[in-house]
Amino acid sequence: MKITFKIWRQEGPNDKGGFQSYEVNDLTEDMSFLEALDHLNEILVLKNKKVVAFEYDCREGICGQCGVFINGRAHGPHDNMTTCQLHMRSFEDGATITVEPWRARSFPIIKDLIVNRSAFDRIIENGAFISAKTGTAPEANAILISKTVSDRAMDAAACIGCGACVATCKNSSAALFTSAKINHLNGLPQGAPEAHQRVLDMTAQMEKEGFGHCSFTGACEVECPEGISIVNIAEMNARFIKAKIFG
Amino acid sequence: MVLDAKIPEGKLEDKWRNYQIQSKLINPANKKKLSVIVVGSGLSGAGAAATLAELGYDIHCFCYQDSARRAHSVAAQGGINAAKNYQHDGDSIWRMFYDTLKGGDFRSREANTYRLAELSAPLIDHYTQQGVPFAREYGGTLVNRSFGGVQVQRTFYARGQTGQQLLLAAYSQLYKMVRSKKVTMHTRSEMMDLVVIDGKAKGIIVRDLITGELQRYVADAVVLATGGYSRVFRLSTLAIGCNGSAIWKAHKKGAYFAAPSFTQIHPTALPQSSEAQSKLTLMSESLRNDGRIWVPKKKDDTRVANDIPEDERDYYLERRYPSFGNLAPRDIASRAAKERIDAGHGVGRLKNAVYLDFKHAIERFGKQTIADRYGNLFTMYKKITGVDAYTKPMMISPAAHFSMGGLWVDYELMTTVSGLYAIGECNFSDHGANRLGANSLLQASVDGYFILPNTINNYLAQEIKSERPDIHHVEFDKAEQGVKDYVDRILSVDGTKTADHFHRELGKVMWNDCAMSRNKTGLEKAINQIEDIRRQFWSDVKVTGESKELNTELEKAYRLADFIELGILMCKDALQREESCGAHFREEYQTEDGEAVRVDDQFTFVSAWDYDEGNFALHKESLEFEFVQPTVRSYK
Ligand SMILES: Cc1cc2nc3c(=O)[nH]c(=O)nc-3n(C[C@H](O)[C@H](O)[C@H](O)COP(=O)(O)OP(=O)(O)OC[C@H]3O[C@@H](n4cnc5c(N)ncnc54)[C@H](O)[C@@H]3O)c2cc1C
Ligand code: FES
Repeated sequence: MKITFKIWRQEGPNDKGGFQSYEVNDLTEDMSFLEALDHLNEILVLKNKKVVAFEYDCREGICGQCGVFINGRAHGPHDNMTTCQLHMRSFEDGATITVEPWRARSFPIIKDLIVNRSAFDRIIENGAFISAKTGTAPEANAILISKTVSDRAMDAAACIGCGACVATCKNSSAALFTSAKINHLNGLPQGAPEAHQRVLDMTAQMEKEGFGHCSFTGACEVECPEGISIVNIAEMNARFIKAKIFG
Repeated sequence: MVLDAKIPEGKLEDKWRNYQIQSKLINPANKKKLSVIVVGSGLSGAGAAATLAELGYDIHCFCYQDSARRAHSVAAQGGINAAKNYQHDGDSIWRMFYDTLKGGDFRSREANTYRLAELSAPLIDHYTQQGVPFAREYGGTLVNRSFGGVQVQRTFYARGQTGQQLLLAAYSQLYKMVRSKKVTMHTRSEMMDLVVIDGKAKGIIVRDLITGELQRYVADAVVLATGGYSRVFRLSTLAIGCNGSAIWKAHKKGAYFAAPSFTQIHPTALPQSSEAQSKLTLMSESLRNDGRIWVPKKKDDTRVANDIPEDERDYYLERRYPSFGNLAPRDIASRAAKERIDAGHGVGRLKNAVYLDFKHAIERFGKQTIADRYGNLFTMYKKITGVDAYTKPMMISPAAHFSMGGLWVDYELMTTVSGLYAIGECNFSDHGANRLGANSLLQASVDGYFILPNTINNYLAQEIKSERPDIHHVEFDKAEQGVKDYVDRILSVDGTKTADHFHRELGKVMWNDCAMSRNKTGLEKAINQIEDIRRQFWSDVKVTGESKELNTELEKAYRLADFIELGILMCKDALQREESCGAHFREEYQTEDGEAVRVDDQFTFVSAWDYDEGNFALHKESLEFEFVQPTVRSYK
């Protein structure tokens, strides 16, 4: 396959950055999108040029480290998929592919396609835990949890923290990410004692980080690799009101 | 040096309690004055960092990813074992201990393995309390399923995301302690060397992966929790960043490396499809519950799978292992696949795969049932290969997956360097020559949450009396200078080949001669070839960019340089062990029908290698079996 990559290059956070085009001839349909970028990088090295900086680790859709805009869509042309799961067979031979980093105020660009998502860690730090020290847990089956409750917690817990929801949202809102975590923990009996404080602290941090408000366009759930539903956001809002009243 | 594993006295079931009774305690006021470095934020590292912080120690935790939540523990799909006996099917700590020891082909310590089983039940309590959404029955109790190599149901799971969910729990607990200012988390930070002062581990040199700056960190003890090193094969089920560098640097500073060659090759990964491939995706072992594995009887058969009639298919696992069939343990299933592929029966474009066929299961249970059981895996298969596995058989192939070997540790999880601990996959301890499925999330977690926090005080209790060195100590200067020179040397080669090129070369050699099946000639040849790769690397590698910037190419290159050296040691270890045990299969030691032959009278020991300036000196920790007798591991 022959592909022209139009890639955002930016030396550092304070540089202006811009697109550069690279033509690569010997790609195959079996290659993953990231392997095609690896290949481009090998070519660049041999031409004595700096490689394109991009992120990845597991390369199987679970760690959440990868993620770029491909032809204007977070994680590329398919719904509910990570960048690392995308293969070149999804593109036409001869195509031009535009590759950009996540663009959101709260995810500043570090270099080329790499952004800083540490705001997510800080939201977690502010309440996304159950305060029980190691060694203090009761027998696991002592608290029964119905399958429905546990399955719903699992649906919400599935988030891999890639940031596609923020990147794709026109308001750069982190509501899907934050609500998924709140609903996971607040939906379980173990999370109940700190439920109200958790909602208040996590949402406060979300605002402090500069993420925008949710206007329910639903764009996020289309790009979410785990298919996390925006119903989570409505549920978070309800929990927020309850926490304000009773918290 | 005589290796003392420090196994406590007493009956097997009393040893851990006896240890705890005798170990030294530190009062809360003093704990505050002590600091510990934890390198790694996977289940072992995050569990240890969070728990040590709760106990009062001051913790610095490091990972190379952009967030602690992305450690490769996330990738585990299958589950985690615990001897809860919730299914009332005769499980017990003893049975789990025995299964693990036997699964490891009697090449691990009884006392460690027993402790692993003993601490498994409280671990499930812990994770449940932390909010892990484990699968539940309608009545609200926890569900179990079975996993390879055992006859009871003791595996707990959270959909197909067990590792992710456990790690999120550990990461949450870690960040709770970050909020309490007891843990400082350093992401995008790579450990480049260990600092040893007067024989004790006192700090590390770290490279900030964004700026490329080198930094010094000092502490009263150092814990390595850096995961597995199977990326030495390049193609593996591990994440691209997984490396052997942290433990390799520690090895060079005096930590013995145990059983480096014991590597688990997983039978059900997706096959390599091109030279450019960077990783192999694991397909859950659970597929073998309903899928049947076969290859065409005819060599180099060019027909598509569905055109090959039943009587021309060879269901080789069912043929060779009638009682376990498609559920034979991993090492055996992988080796059998390799045997067929090497004999010319492999399928797929590169002839490197075997079929995993659901035709009969679908005929028997209906498509819906199979979709309910494995729907997400079939979807994943389609995403990656573009093939619909409901109508055509999957193609699978063995892939490097797990390192049983790692830094040698005693019962306290301390390495041969005082004050340096190794926990999780990066140590050698509980799995012997082969690890059972769903036992390593367990081992990583138990090491971090329960064992280390109870053993490290035994060492720190004496350290409290000695003054902590400062970061201007000459050993810090030397270590930092060493790292700087090393990185500069790589950049200055300015050759004609990329780091990936050399990694592919190394991977091929390791895969051909030091993976599923090994022999003397092959290993000797491999050592020479790797020596060659090393020479070429240092004279012809090309890395662009600079050291003081975010430079992913440089990261690849310096990790690879360590893998090359580690590869040599792995081959030496495999060469030395003239027997077949677990995942280590030496072709010279097999029965007429191709089964492994263990040589207990000569090899009932853990090999522990001293770096010795690159000469690698072998030390032996003899394994004593006091409570069980090693038997022949048969799955016929
Ligand atoms: C695909 C896959 C599926 C698996 N499925 C199962 C399963 O179902 N059940 C089971 O029991 N086991 C399974 N395993 C094995 C199990 O997941 C691992 O053994 C275990 O999670 C390892 O945990 P760890 O804490 O030792 O290391 P990891 O989780 O790998 O963490 C390593 C940490 O060390 C850090 N690190 C590494 N090097 C450096 C460095 N030089 N400097 C700084 N930081 C560094 C990393 O950033 C990371 O934080 C699976 C493994 C794989 C690959
Ligand atoms: S690299 Fe891990 S999700 Fe893509």
